Amino acid sequence: MGLEEHLPAGVLLTSVEKFVNWARKSSLWPATFGLACCAIEMMATGASHHDLARFGMEVFRASPRQADLMIVAGRVSQKMGPVLRRIYDQMPEPKWVISMGVCATSGGMFNNYAIVQGVDTLVPVDMYVPGCPPRPEMLMEGILKLHEKIQKTPLVAKA
Amino acid sequence: MPAALLDVLAGVRERFPEVVSEPEEAFGETSIEVARTGLRDVVAYLRDEGPFELLADWSAVDYLGVEPPERRFLCAAVLASVRHPARVRVRVFIPQGDEHCPSLTGVWAGADALEREMFDFFGIRFDGHPDLRRIFMPDEWDGHPQRKDYPLGGTDVAYRGAFVPPPDRRGQPSTTSGYPGRLS
Amino acid sequence: MSVAENEVFLGGRDWETLHARTDDDTLIVNMGPQHPSTHGVLRLVLELDGETVVNAHSVVGYLHTGIEKNAEVRNWTQGVTFVTRMDYLAPFHNELGYCLAVERLLGIEAPARAQAIRVMLGELNRISSHLVWLATSGMELGALSVMLYGFRERELILDIFEHVTGLRMNHAYVRPGGLSTDLPDGSIEKIKEFVELFPARLDEYETLLTDNPTWIERNRGIGILDASTALGLGVTGPLLRAAGVPHDLRKQAPYCGYEQYDFDVPTDDAADCLARYRVRIAEMRESLKIVEQVANGLPGGPVMVDDPKIAWPARLTLGHDGLGNDPGYIRTIMGESMEALIHHFKLVTEGFKVPAGEVYVPVESPRGELGYHVVSTGTNKPWRVHTRDPSFVNLQAMPVMVRGGLLADVIATVASLDPVMGGVDR
Repeated sequence: MGLEEHLPAGVLLTSVEKFVNWARKSSLWPATFGLACCAIEMMATGASHHDLARFGMEVFRASPRQADLMIVAGRVSQKMGPVLRRIYDQMPEPKWVISMGVCATSGGMFNNYAIVQGVDTLVPVDMYVPGCPPRPEMLMEGILKLHEKIQKTPLVAKA
Repeated sequence: MPAALLDVLAGVRERFPEVVSEPEEAFGETSIEVARTGLRDVVAYLRDEGPFELLADWSAVDYLGVEPPERRFLCAAVLASVRHPARVRVRVFIPQGDEHCPSLTGVWAGADALEREMFDFFGIRFDGHPDLRRIFMPDEWDGHPQRKDYPLGGTDVAYRGAFVPPPDRRGQPSTTSGYPGRLS
Repeated sequence: MSVAENEVFLGGRDWETLHARTDDDTLIVNMGPQHPSTHGVLRLVLELDGETVVNAHSVVGYLHTGIEKNAEVRNWTQGVTFVTRMDYLAPFHNELGYCLAVERLLGIEAPARAQAIRVMLGELNRISSHLVWLATSGMELGALSVMLYGFRERELILDIFEHVTGLRMNHAYVRPGGLSTDLPDGSIEKIKEFVELFPARLDEYETLLTDNPTWIERNRGIGILDASTALGLGVTGPLLRAAGVPHDLRKQAPYCGYEQYDFDVPTDDAADCLARYRVRIAEMRESLKIVEQVANGLPGGPVMVDDPKIAWPARLTLGHDGLGNDPGYIRTIMGESMEALIHHFKLVTEGFKVPAGEVYVPVESPRGELGYHVVSTGTNKPWRVHTRDPSFVNLQAMPVMVRGGLLADVIATVASLDPVMGGVDR
């Protein structure tokens, strides 16, 4: 991660950590990875009624190189798996993944040959949001919990 | 059956007597069965002489275990019209082991993707199709998923100490975990 | 359809060899499957000569879910929940087509009230689907505020859906035989409120877009698909109607009582993106007319067919602890009648049996003819459920519409095609 490389290991930096984490969580830019029905609910979350802009997240970056959050919204088919991993690899650190909906979390109702049974088999997931599809409020709850998680992330690994 | 449709079906039987069967009516729908060799001519005749300008559907069914092996796959085309509410289904049966069918892309260009789908899912090759490749599954996929002898796939779901298999293998011993199939 | 010497068809693997077979001046650009403007996971491979598109191929399958095979291992009622997730912007139409096919095999007809509610919710679904089309089209062409307006109105419709069915999307409300429950109190009032409010909002969109020079320049003359090409490709829906062909299944072969309602089928002659825009806006107005007619004249009666061997046995009500089985009904099956309990159990776990046969039932979804080819062999599970999805067939028209145009017009054309990849890939 960018900032961490410049800091000496083993040193506790509470206020810097707090500040950096606050900055990171307050403008998490999602990468558009809407696949199926959950994508429509994700768009509805970004629209005006359930506004994601109040959390600094209304800019859904099309290019993964400019994004820090990947919301995997929808069922991931076998053909889409390598694409998912590619997009994840193209995102710069620090990056987080929210698995939105049951299809992304575990394969959902489609326990068959065509769907990857959980994106955590392909990318590391930070937050799982269940639902088919999850209501925009549920997605926002997941996002806010992720914000809490980011806020509590230690900046430097303990030596 | 509306009169216009009756005339066209009588005409097609007259023109191609050895390949077209008697029209059947079931559930309010009219179907004719055509032998493989005459399929393209019959469909072109229906398009030109009948009111059928639109290919509504062109799909396959795998009748493994229900029909004998020489009638294992059914390919059914539904022809529709924008001028007339009449519809007709043209059925052709494909035998197991010789999965070939004439392509309808010469009659309707829109049959292209529908035939690729049937090839992908059932393994039926369409002779005359310009580019028969898989459309939904990855190119290197093995097997034809919607055949009846292809398993549903999926993994066992762990739930409260048991492993529940996917719905087509319930009650049978699990192949991916040690679960014997029943709890007692 | 013959292949010319220099035409190539591209799949995943051909990417490397395509260069060897095309002109050196041609640039091959891959758009998608992850792209903000391709309406979901559609991959477009474009051969460009400068900005002009020489050829375009679509690669689909990135959302293939195996729904048709899944439906073969679940019983007939469970099939509704699978089928509803195919074309996820028009779930009521998916469910309706499937249930009409099952009902045709069963030889039953849903009661009049159920049919009227199906029509009402289906037309509201048509409006919400066209709103998403308007929102995403506007966004892709740069009119970002249209995105917010479209989703604002869609929230009102989703509120109605949530009130009636319990879910905003993918409802599983239409069941073989009728509906799962009746309309709760206050539904008709909510719907009438929406009917009052929506025409003014539609006028707002038209004021913003219809005479807007930028919108017209980006849409007029773009993506032309004339009627004979459309018919040859099997294209139906707003694309066919914008080419001048007044083909609408609700008028040609009415289902669910559509013949009782007074509405027009808007067509246009220009066959370009602007024509499709005008047709869809007009369709939204016509759908609103139908919703108003149904809401004002909703018949009474049951919402599920009378046959005890088919009708869903549970009686849902809103009790003191939420939505659940009606306490009187539970008292009957648990306390009084063993037969009723066994009957309930068998119907819920095993499902009903459908006579053997093969049917094809089409409905008019917002994108075109959505047909269900359902085959039964007499058991409680379908033998085959094939969906003839309109987006899948309409997408074949994409290369024809973009060839010779500019790259930016590809976006406008795919937006006016309105493909929903869930339906394309199933």
